[in-house]
Amino acid sequence: MPLLQIDALSRSFGPTRALSGATLTIDAGEIVALMGANGAGKSTLVKILSGVLPADNGTITLKQRPYAPRTPAEAAAAGVVTVHQSTDLVGAPGLSVADTLLLTRFAERGQPFFVSRSGIRRQARAILDAAGFDLPLDRDFADLSAADRQLVAIARALANKAELLILDEPTASLSIEESRRLFDILRRLRDGGLAILYISHRTADLEAIADRALVMRGGVIAGAFRRPIDFSAAIETMIGRKLQSARPDIRIAEGAPVFEMRGAQLLPDSTPFDLAIHTGEVVAITGVLGAGKSRLLSAIFGAGRLAAGEMLLNGHAHRPETPAQAIAAGVAMAAEDRHRSSLMPANWPGSSLAATISLPHLAKWYPHGLLFGGREQHEAEKAIARLRIKASGPQAPIASLSGGNQQKVVLARWEAEPSKLLLLDEPFQGVDVGARHDIIQAIRSRTDRATLIATSDPEEAYEVADRILVIDHHSLVQAAHGPSAVSQGIHA
Amino acid sequence: MTSINDESLSPPARGDTTKGETIHWLAGFSAALRSGAVFILLAALLLGFTAAEPAFANIGNLMSILQAVAVVAILGAGVTVTLAVGGFDLSIGAVAASSVMAASYAMIVWGLDAFAAVPLVLAFGALVGLVNALLIVRLKVPDLLATLSMMFLLSGLQLIPTAGRSISAGLILPDGTTATGAYDPAFLLIGRASLFGVVPVSVVLMTIVAVVLFVLTERTRIGRLLFATGGNEVATRLAGASTARLKVLAYVISGTLASLGGIVIAARVGRGDVSSGGSLLMDAVAAALIGFAVLGKRRPNVLGAIVGAVFVGVLLNGLTMLNAPYYTQDFVKGAVLVGALALTYGLGRNNSC
Repeated sequence: MPLLQIDALSRSFGPTRALSGATLTIDAGEIVALMGANGAGKSTLVKILSGVLPADNGTITLKQRPYAPRTPAEAAAAGVVTVHQSTDLVGAPGLSVADTLLLTRFAERGQPFFVSRSGIRRQARAILDAAGFDLPLDRDFADLSAADRQLVAIARALANKAELLILDEPTASLSIEESRRLFDILRRLRDGGLAILYISHRTADLEAIADRALVMRGGVIAGAFRRPIDFSAAIETMIGRKLQSARPDIRIAEGAPVFEMRGAQLLPDSTPFDLAIHTGEVVAITGVLGAGKSRLLSAIFGAGRLAAGEMLLNGHAHRPETPAQAIAAGVAMAAEDRHRSSLMPANWPGSSLAATISLPHLAKWYPHGLLFGGREQHEAEKAIARLRIKASGPQAPIASLSGGNQQKVVLARWEAEPSKLLLLDEPFQGVDVGARHDIIQAIRSRTDRATLIATSDPEEAYEVADRILVIDHHSLVQAAHGPSAVSQGIHA
Repeated sequence: MTSINDESLSPPARGDTTKGETIHWLAGFSAALRSGAVFILLAALLLGFTAAEPAFANIGNLMSILQAVAVVAILGAGVTVTLAVGGFDLSIGAVAASSVMAASYAMIVWGLDAFAAVPLVLAFGALVGLVNALLIVRLKVPDLLATLSMMFLLSGLQLIPTAGRSISAGLILPDGTTATGAYDPAFLLIGRASLFGVVPVSVVLMTIVAVVLFVLTERTRIGRLLFATGGNEVATRLAGASTARLKVLAYVISGTLASLGGIVIAARVGRGDVSSGGSLLMDAVAAALIGFAVLGKRRPNVLGAIVGAVFVGVLLNGLTMLNAPYYTQDFVKGAVLVGALALTYGLGRNNSC
């Protein structure tokens, strides 16, 4: 008998059917990958399994008993634990790792009222030993890396006697090394009999770890693939059309560069480097988390400073002190983490699709100050058509769009006015394969500017760029021309 | 944090209803009910009070209600602007109170006329707003703490020039001399005259402030940027806007409007009372927060702040006419505020994830 059996599960939100009869099984001791484009129903399925949402119809059987959790706590008590994508919410600054590990236990009834430091350390140590992780117990949660937070979340899940572990995009903020470490741990846990439902957009992850892949589309399981998983077929099932090759036609850049850095140092003690980018070129910078990608882009955009060295834009000195100055000089940047860096909260003025695009261009589009004339409406309609943004219209709330479409809107913002150099920091974060393809095409279709992309995923870099640079310890270490060179550079 | 979900497509906002589906029609209806709740209640209050006491509905009484709430509405609109940039101006009550003193001092001690005193007091309010902004933007003091300490400072400062005495004609100054000035009759018109004998000047001022700030916040790019600063400051800065300048603007507007409120009070009372403006801060903040519930906006908005102030004014006036004792007033205001916030945050939320 399978550990978990889901039969004809459905769930609607108003007129939208997020799940329409999904059926699947998961056995103990296997890692099942759940793939699906944004809006396919993955999140809804996970929310039902973890007790966040009730299902409208259908049955779930866990260990041959009916399973319909009403709260996440009920789900955890039944042995189903979910580790969400954003691990900031696992703990809080000011709590130590040990406190964080025991947080759910503190919240349980019947626990002793008084707690001692040594008691907490002992219990936390036991939890870590059981999971087989090595984490500093006294470190403040705020100082942990994303990977370690992930491990804390997993360890805590396992301490609750999880039988099914649901991981939602666990590697989204991890570097390659950290991902590998996580995969080793997951394989070990699987061999110990744990069932893992692994949700990810990254085929490389799934290739490395999944025993089986289920593909969701339109609220149902549209395909199931056993190892060796045919990922081209899986992705075609997922996006519902043939996957064209996104491999770019390499453009050889010539002439004077539009942007140059000379003797640049991101930190006072980092190695100086040079960089030159030409109009029409798409250059990707890749490197592990914390290698200095965002710092480099921020310095070019005036949101940060170089420790030393000079920058030239069109041959003139480029020393922006604010983003406003950089924008005026012709540099645009879509920063990483669109929710933090680009979008307004829901129900707030400026949270519509059109207003998201127009934010940096308000002064140019409405020189008299009054927001009349429909310019942003018009620009949004153009962007929707050009980037194939799925939305009900220019006034659609940005929060109602899927991740991929939100990212397209952010790109549209910076393409709405011409720029000399466009900086994109992690432009494929939380973006499904189909939308990624559209975004890559949009980036590559422009030859009137230079584009510099920072990404921690070399595969993405290779897919989008003419030229790939590797950054390590806050310095560009080499200019590579192929994927092999890239991976060597990263693992050096 | 915002609850932005990739895949649980949220149901259409703006109360779109799908044809033929009763549930959605009902959902749309209840959304409309929620967004109009304050207006419906206001209409019910007006009808109820008129039925109980026909004198309630005569134009003189209605104008006196508006006159009574004008200052609170003006201050509430100012607080709304600071709420829009993600701040909070707690100093407005103290700015208004010290503006009453400043106006009185300028006319009675310095002998200035209305045309010098009014700009001077407005400049004083703007300056306080600038200092607030300086603390917040340059020195990174949290908004609440900066404006709270400014409130403390001002309510002490206003006592110093007169050694703690209220200001009226013939004031004996700390150095023993007697002040020779008097309130300019032109200044008193601001608080006591009526346009065409019907509409008090203070209500006209309130209307002008309401219209100008409504257009500024809802219909101009500056307004969009003010809200953007409050919604996501990082994103606004990365979009090339100067969030520091926007915050300065918001606090200067708030300070200036608070001093305008002070001018209206001074012109109505005709003397500089050290204890004036005691409940102004709470009333203005309440008006701004009740405004969140107006039209179901769930965010600061100028129209809502004005409606919130008027709502409280109508309720208090009606209850007073029905012989409710004065000491129940704060309780009533508090109850309205609690109800409005419950409507905004509890009932107003969509339960579908």
